[in-house]
Amino acid sequence: MRRQLPLALVFIFGVFMIVQYFVPHEYSEWVYEFLLDWITIIGIFALALGIYSLTHVSMGKIRNRTPNWQYAIVTMLGLFVMIYFGFTARTGDSWGLYFVALVALTLGISSLTWGAVETQASRRKIGFAAGLGLLAVFVLVAVFDPSWKFYFYTSEGLQSAMFRNFFDYIMIPIQSTMFSLLAFFIASAAYRAFRARNILATLLLASALIVMLRFNPFLGPVGEYIAQTANWLLNVPNLAAKRAIVIGIGLGIVATALKVILGIERGYMGRG
Amino acid sequence: MEFGTYLWTTFAAFVILATFSFLYKDNPFYKFAEHLVVGVSAGYFVIILWHNGLVPNLFHRLADGDWYLLWMNSSKPWYIIPAILGVLMWTRFSKKYSWVSRWPLAVYIGVGTGLAIPLEMSNRVNKQLYAAMAEIDWSNFWGSRFLDVSAGYSDIIIFVGAIAALIYFFFSKAHTGVFGGVATFGIWILMIGFGASFGYTVMARISLFINRIQYMDNYWVQTAFDTSNPNFHAGFQILFWLLVAVLILYIVREIMAHLKTKAQQG
Amino acid sequence: MNIFDRMMLLDRRWVFLSLVIVCVVSYIIPFQIPIMVTDEVESIYDMIDTLPEGEIVLLAMDFDPSLLAELQPMTYAMAEHAFRKNLKVIFVTLSQNGPGMVDQAIREVADSVRLDRTYNGVFYKGKEIVNGEDYTFLGYKPYFALIILGMGQNFRIPFPSDYYGTALDSIPMMKGVLNYDQVACVVDICGGNVVDAWISYGQGRYNFKLALGMTGVMAADYYPYLNSGQVVGIMGGLLGAAEYEQLTDNAGLAKDGMRVQVFAHLLIILFILMGNIGYFMSQRDKRKLGR
Repeated sequence: MRRQLPLALVFIFGVFMIVQYFVPHEYSEWVYEFLLDWITIIGIFALALGIYSLTHVSMGKIRNRTPNWQYAIVTMLGLFVMIYFGFTARTGDSWGLYFVALVALTLGISSLTWGAVETQASRRKIGFAAGLGLLAVFVLVAVFDPSWKFYFYTSEGLQSAMFRNFFDYIMIPIQSTMFSLLAFFIASAAYRAFRARNILATLLLASALIVMLRFNPFLGPVGEYIAQTANWLLNVPNLAAKRAIVIGIGLGIVATALKVILGIERGYMGRG
Repeated sequence: MEFGTYLWTTFAAFVILATFSFLYKDNPFYKFAEHLVVGVSAGYFVIILWHNGLVPNLFHRLADGDWYLLWMNSSKPWYIIPAILGVLMWTRFSKKYSWVSRWPLAVYIGVGTGLAIPLEMSNRVNKQLYAAMAEIDWSNFWGSRFLDVSAGYSDIIIFVGAIAALIYFFFSKAHTGVFGGVATFGIWILMIGFGASFGYTVMARISLFINRIQYMDNYWVQTAFDTSNPNFHAGFQILFWLLVAVLILYIVREIMAHLKTKAQQG
Repeated sequence: MNIFDRMMLLDRRWVFLSLVIVCVVSYIIPFQIPIMVTDEVESIYDMIDTLPEGEIVLLAMDFDPSLLAELQPMTYAMAEHAFRKNLKVIFVTLSQNGPGMVDQAIREVADSVRLDRTYNGVFYKGKEIVNGEDYTFLGYKPYFALIILGMGQNFRIPFPSDYYGTALDSIPMMKGVLNYDQVACVVDICGGNVVDAWISYGQGRYNFKLALGMTGVMAADYYPYLNSGQVVGIMGGLLGAAEYEQLTDNAGLAKDGMRVQVFAHLLIILFILMGNIGYFMSQRDKRKLGR
């Protein structure tokens, strides 16, 4: 059950998929469509594992007061607030007590968590009392404030203003800026590591320089030749090199997949 | 642009500058931005998986019957099976039962590998090999212009280059003699290919930074001074100068600290 | 320490600062550079441009905000081109932070299409693009290979409803649109290995016309597929986007960015030269000392 059944499952489904590709039949097509559908659903549950481990790590940092634990609070707040925005939306143009509810809920959950991890009895009591009180405020607002609502089953939340703003003005700027730091690191790498030490390095350097100069309008008539050379380099030698790599990767994937189906490669099972 | 939007844009400008400050050195502003984006992205992912994944693909299908019978009188009750398999994945957290999670994983891996073998073989290996065997254009061997891509000699270089590069990756035979010569040609071709990739990569990375300049200019700086905007507000410039002041203060503080340590060392 | 050793041991923060200065200064100075169009981009343009009105283009925006610098300009140029040509667009994203990117792209392209414009000498009247009639946004699903295969059977298998929760069967433009057979072409704009799945699992199995827009880092690696005819064309990085903007006569962020690239590249080349000169001189000194 522990090791044999997974191996058998991999083999059966793997062979079915291969046969289905070469011998399409009405029934096999039907099973194929079902599998495509089902695996996606299973996968969604698997992705929840990632979210769980992020929460686990961040909460651990806060509990153990590891260095920079305060930033873990920022992470947890970001996670929580974004989920809240995704499940709520305004019903009209007014915000009503939307943010009051959010603050009450956030503080309520925080004090409950604080109460739960605190060791001193009197502090625990304070934490629980404050938490329950704040949650009561949140419930009251949620029930009696008509200007916003929870939507779990329809996707109004995806179009709610705060959800979009958090994406447009927090996720987009930070993610793209963090990635743009690479511009500086490649400049410094080009300066430090890009040396024409031998013929191979020189070939690499020359080809890179030609590709980099291909759209430079200040080179006059030479520019035209550089552009044509760059085009040729990309479409001829580069193509040959990358074709070899593509074929190599393709063969590698097929070999690994065969090993998995035949039960030779079992790394995915982990230990035990 | 309205005032509320400009407030958000200013916040975006703040986190952009905070992130860039990492180039000077690691600091609390950068750490704040970094941790914030991790949390917000995770929350975003939860919501997208819920509204775009679970609800349409699972819940809607199970819930078209009476709600108090759960899925039992749904028209597609069999969708409970992938849901159960999915939940079995969560046994990963238990030391005792984590082996149960291998079952759904095995189904997934079986399907994935079974799909990969014929398709990867045909599309990465076979089609590329066919293309490599393309006919050489002897009638136009020298091409019509400088370094002509469609010329016959280019066809030959593509063919020979690909074979030579493949031979370079063949390590079961020592790279000596003719074999070694071909392999050397192969590595030359590979180096030209990697050089082209590097040239492209420089452009790619620089454009990431250029885009940040464009964003800051178009949405933040220009809006602050754009009086033709019907929603223009004096608050725009207050926010703008406020952030500029914070930036200048930070720079001045760093310079002072730097001079101080230098004086102490000197 | 002589000048050549100094040349090699510059603090990297000076490198950073000079890059900032060069980029900002060349951004502020207004000038334009000519963009030469390559065949690999022109073939994508021709493919979209020659489609008859009412045909459907599947535009897959498989990228996260981190790569928007290169991929957003090409998406905007291409989506606007399609809408101006009265084509219908199915948006889909197989990247986890992609839905927000598509959502933003639809809003901004819609704003742009609303204006009267003349491109390449042809006047296009501004119009409102309507969800469900001019475009559909399918949304996001994880496990891209399975989704690409699923869409090849029926769009309704992976996407029973669109991003906004409307059932696909009740969307006017999706009536009779079962799978890739009813789609004129697929354009994948991506910054990761989703593109491999589009080539092997999508084009390879269902044989549709596939065009790629990708980051500069990846672009050079996909030329073999262009040569073998598996893909129609490749738009590589900001330059590819600028070429598309040039072809559609709709200058945007890419063309604006390329002029800054010219000087940034010259600076990087200068750094490479400095590093190399320093390296060779110090090698020569070492050899002299060794003798």
